[in-house]
Amino acid sequence: MINLTPAEIDALLLSLRISGVAVGCALPFAIIVATALALGRFPGRFILDAIVHLPLILPPVVMGYLLLIGFGTRAPLGAWLYETFDIRFVFSWTGAALAAAIVSFPFQVRAIRLSLETINPGLYQAAETLGAGRIDRFFSLTLPFALPGIIAGVITAFAASLGEFGAIITFVSNVPGETRTLPLAIYTAIQTPGGELAAARLAALSIGLAFAGLLLSEIAMRHIRKRATS
Amino acid sequence: MSIGVNIHHKIKKFTLDAEFHIQEPGITALFGPSGSGKTTLINIIAGLENPTRGHIQIRDHVIFEHNRQINLPIRQRRVGYVFQDARLFPHKTVRDNLYFGARRNANKLPHDEQEAIIEMLGLAPLMARRPNKLSGGEKQRVALGRALLANPDILLLDEPLSALDYARKEEILPYFEWLRDHRKLPILYVTHSIDEVARLADHIVVMDKGKTLASGTVFEMLSRSDLPPLAGQFDAGTVLAARIVSRDPKGEVSFLDCGGQRIVVPYLGRPANNDVRLHIRARDVMIARTPPNGISANNIIPVTITKITDGKGDTLDVDMCFGHDADAAFLAKTNGRPTLHARITRWSGTRLKLGLQQKVYAVIKSVTVSGPLAKK
Repeated sequence: MINLTPAEIDALLLSLRISGVAVGCALPFAIIVATALALGRFPGRFILDAIVHLPLILPPVVMGYLLLIGFGTRAPLGAWLYETFDIRFVFSWTGAALAAAIVSFPFQVRAIRLSLETINPGLYQAAETLGAGRIDRFFSLTLPFALPGIIAGVITAFAASLGEFGAIITFVSNVPGETRTLPLAIYTAIQTPGGELAAARLAALSIGLAFAGLLLSEIAMRHIRKRATS
Repeated sequence: MSIGVNIHHKIKKFTLDAEFHIQEPGITALFGPSGSGKTTLINIIAGLENPTRGHIQIRDHVIFEHNRQINLPIRQRRVGYVFQDARLFPHKTVRDNLYFGARRNANKLPHDEQEAIIEMLGLAPLMARRPNKLSGGEKQRVALGRALLANPDILLLDEPLSALDYARKEEILPYFEWLRDHRKLPILYVTHSIDEVARLADHIVVMDKGKTLASGTVFEMLSRSDLPPLAGQFDAGTVLAARIVSRDPKGEVSFLDCGGQRIVVPYLGRPANNDVRLHIRARDVMIARTPPNGISANNIIPVTITKITDGKGDTLDVDMCFGHDADAAFLAKTNGRPTLHARITRWSGTRLKLGLQQKVYAVIKSVTVSGPLAKK
């Protein structure tokens, strides 16, 4: 339907890869944080809640700036990672994935937390009297209850990652084939004389992806509501 | 020792002091009004709450002893807990719910015993369903089966019938009777229903305002009118042990023996020598000075008045022991002899000139028979 140039296909595939890696790597942490927030009672719960949700409120440019300060090759953490593990984030697609992961993290946590809050806490007591230990209870109760939320969270976080612009361009710049994701490619096309058609094509592609994501997440959320009311 | 509890627990303004010791297996009713600490007490036994001090013993195992710093984790206590709200796992089928505990327990019940429990509770047709497709009674049956299949040392039942209507209660009660009579399992049964106590309990622990006031057999305890939670329930009447002797040739009635006295009840369909329990409500007992003739009541029992107390409003509560042969010395301690309670109006009492040690006749309008089911 749309004839994409090789560079545009690159941008699309890069976007999908960055979003996939970002969501996949963040998921285990999202499950742990969501479980702690939904079921845990510990001091500092509000602070953890605030930190997790910060990327939703902060301007993306500020996120990118903070990442640059934290993970740049001359920043202490970034330097240590580079020297010890040869992991470099700046100007690299892995950096784009890190930015996307942090920015989309709250979406995952919120969705998982929502479905965990449908658990009757008394079920944990029942499981414990029946001989289930802590890890056992996590796998036999927490995870099955979290599943619809995990699915919904992964889809929305994936869609949010696809659209991330500010944090990525600030942190890892706009390198063709390395960090130029769909939004960055659209931005570049708009900046280029005669690139209006390319921009329109890429924008249409983005709209299509966003729609697909919303649709999938709506189906998953419906499933959650059905379980919550049963 | 079946159950031994002696604990002190303080949460905010509520203090719980519980002490009771039950030697034999069977159903022990934790009886008392709402807020008397019954559920807190079984939560402590299950390990869901930790008492401030004291000790708890189930069978031969000490599961909590403050002084020796013994506090077994919940899952090692081997308690089968049936919660008031069933607490079935909604994402699992009935089958997976049932075997949840059994799969995690090294000390499994033999396969045929598992099958017997499932059959007895009638769970086979429900196996593939999810809890949201079960009725309230079915949920409680699954919860009971799940607890039993885990092969517990003790069964804790927290008002398992309170969320059910009358018909559902009647559906579940026989299973508890079966448990009491066929499995040597100590059962703690939390309830505030005197009917359930009269029908099921072997022992009663009476609780009020966070304290255990008294404990004893159901026969002793229901005769006591000095305990606040029971006193208001005097109307509950008497629970008596009886044995089936024979039936009439047409099979219309069964003849029972209760402390040497013959009792006639509608035919029970059970063979002779079966033990049953009789529940006779105080309002179903009339008192006559002379043996009445031409009366529809089947049971007219010679009794001797042992105690008359003022009841609620214009009523008198009359205690009577079986037989006319009791002398004054015997009446001082009527232990061992079946006792009946009647609630009559003060007017009747004055009219009949009732007095202590008077020999009268108790006319029993109706008897509820419960207890052991027919032995297979």
